[in-house]
Amino acid sequence: MIWEIKLLALILVIICAIAAINAKDMLSAAVIFGIYSFMMCVQWLAMGAVDVAFTEAAIGAGISTALMLAAIFRTSRRTKD
Amino acid sequence: MEDFLTQLTSKYNFWAYIVLMMIGLYAMIAKGNLVKKLIGLSIFQTAIMLFYVAIGSKAGATIPILRDSTLKGVIDFVEYINPLPHVLMLTAIVVSVATLGVALALVLRVYDVHQTLEEDEILEKIKNP
Repeated sequence: MIWEIKLLALILVIICAIAAINAKDMLSAAVIFGIYSFMMCVQWLAMGAVDVAFTEAAIGAGISTALMLAAIFRTSRRTKD
Repeated sequence: MEDFLTQLTSKYNFWAYIVLMMIGLYAMIAKGNLVKKLIGLSIFQTAIMLFYVAIGSKAGATIPILRDSTLKGVIDFVEYINPLPHVLMLTAIVVSVATLGVALALVLRVYDVHQTLEEDEILEKIKNP
């Protein structure tokens, strides 16, 4: 893969990680964490690990985002930090 | 100095993994919300997985699937990426979603008892119930 795209995906991963732990609303934190997982999937595709990439797309971006959203809707969206 | 700079720029992705790992560690230690701590835990795990897969990849190699099915002779391993870290990290992804599920179930139980997810408020309620 072209190295500019690799570098862009890497920077997006770091930006999404910082945004996810600094979001004021837990719902937006969970959604940004889903975007983080998808960017991680792109990162693995760039490294040639296709099996890890589609497992991450299904499990990381799919199931763990759904689990986290379910937990947030059953508790509170409020957060102090 | 020139040598150091070329080392720094040619291995930029490894530095990025260290940055990601530190972001996850910071979230686990400093953030008060319990779900935020879990997000930090997941970031930490994925940073380590990225590190392992990056060790296995090599420049100019293709994905670990046999290119020519009629090829019966010797396979040149230099053309293919090492699949062993991929398999190990596949297991790690599945384990990480299992730990996330168990941790979220524990968070729900904590919320049922204390009606809050903030760490300082929970400690306050434990001290003077």
